[in-house]
Amino acid sequence: MTWLSLNWPHVIDLARAHLLLSVPAILLSVVIAVPVGRLAYRHPRVGGPLLGAASLLYAIPALPLLIVIPALLGTPLRSATTMIVALTVYGVALLVRTAADAFTAVDDHTRGAAVAVGHSPLAVFWQVDLPLAFPVLLSGVRVVTVSTIGLVTIGALIGVSSLGTLLTDGFQRSIPAEVTTGVIATVLLALLLDGLLLLTGRVAAPWTRAARPARGTAVTA
Amino acid sequence: MIEFEQVTKTYPGGSVAVEGFSLVVPSHRTVALVGSSGSGKTTLLRMVNRMVEPTSGRVLIDDQDVQDRDPVELRRSIGYVLQAGGLLPHRTVLDNVATVLRLNHVTRQAARARAAEMLERVGLDPALGSRYPGQLSGGQQQRVGVARALVPDPNILLMDEPFGAVDPIVRRELQDELARLQTELGKTIVFVTHDVDEAFRLGDEVVVLRERAAIAQQGTPSDILAAPADEFVHDFVGAGRAERVLHTQTIGGRLVAVDGTGLPVGVLES
Repeated sequence: MTWLSLNWPHVIDLARAHLLLSVPAILLSVVIAVPVGRLAYRHPRVGGPLLGAASLLYAIPALPLLIVIPALLGTPLRSATTMIVALTVYGVALLVRTAADAFTAVDDHTRGAAVAVGHSPLAVFWQVDLPLAFPVLLSGVRVVTVSTIGLVTIGALIGVSSLGTLLTDGFQRSIPAEVTTGVIATVLLALLLDGLLLLTGRVAAPWTRAARPARGTAVTA
Repeated sequence: MIEFEQVTKTYPGGSVAVEGFSLVVPSHRTVALVGSSGSGKTTLLRMVNRMVEPTSGRVLIDDQDVQDRDPVELRRSIGYVLQAGGLLPHRTVLDNVATVLRLNHVTRQAARARAAEMLERVGLDPALGSRYPGQLSGGQQQRVGVARALVPDPNILLMDEPFGAVDPIVRRELQDELARLQTELGKTIVFVTHDVDEAFRLGDEVVVLRERAAIAQQGTPSDILAAPADEFVHDFVGAGRAERVLHTQTIGGRLVAVDGTGLPVGVLES
């Protein structure tokens, strides 16, 4: 605790850096994976191989990926951009299949009815498919979020500051308290974001909790 | 007026759902298409709002080929009611009813006001408006489905086995309600069902279909019941069924109608 009491401004700074790396990566993962998942659902023949390939991305080891990205994109090796791209690759790999499943799970009867009463294809996507896929999508995003928060720490190995810096620095200088702080702070950050997402789901999808009639208030036709 | 002109629907793989079907549905009348599953009746219905495109032939609404209309605009101009309501589970009842108005860019407030009015009209407590469809009974959902179809005040109402998913008592209530609404509104209704009694109760005209939407008989319910065209129609409408064969007995000086099982079903008035 002494270590933390002396270094907490540093920890706060690193936590902020941690968020600045993970939040854009999570958002980018969603923005990329949702359309790809939707494409895979609409065109299963293209979708099957696409989902397979996307999932395989997760098998790429982190350190080689952090070297390949600058080589391919011309971004500086030890930069936030490189890190965010790498995290997005993993996020997309985790999320595409869930996204495809989320759209598959939308009831065809409901979708058909929406078309029949006059929703344009665009309106079907925004007003029917997306909101109904939302609960499943959100569960996928929660997994990506927790995973991304954990993965950000690897950046410390190539010199991109985050809470992971506490781990590398603590190991090198043999300060167990610093390492422990790094682990706990990372876990807390993951829990915090996960909690926020859970809350978002509650607020944004109220129908999922209203599926059954409240006791004593049912009115017969 | 809706006209089917020699429409045929062949699905890829060669299965024929509808073959050379022609029919005129006069304005402000209810025509019930009745047939067993596989008779192509739903396919016919869905050709009217271009959910299904005919392989050949034409469907005309007021002498205009639906093929010349934009499908989305066409669907918004036609009321569509389907089994189990087909409601959007993530929208409140009120917003479900207001859907088509909102798609037609009516302001939210105006759309909701008209939706609330329509809920009352179909016999629902407007307080149900803030519920989600999942919180309603089957019969209530079905009424919401009817309200949603009626709220933009379309000339045409397409009903695809709308009361198939509710129990017989509620079904009867809904049929009576629809009949009442129709006397007030006078829509042009195409009603698809496999239930002959429902077709007879609601149809000004009934079209009995066999496979591939071949018309076995077309006429008023009494025409069909009095003179079934053939064995198929006779069996399908149950003309030989005990409860359809009535005779009279004089009991206590009054004429009592008795069905084929010996059950008295009513008293004849002179």
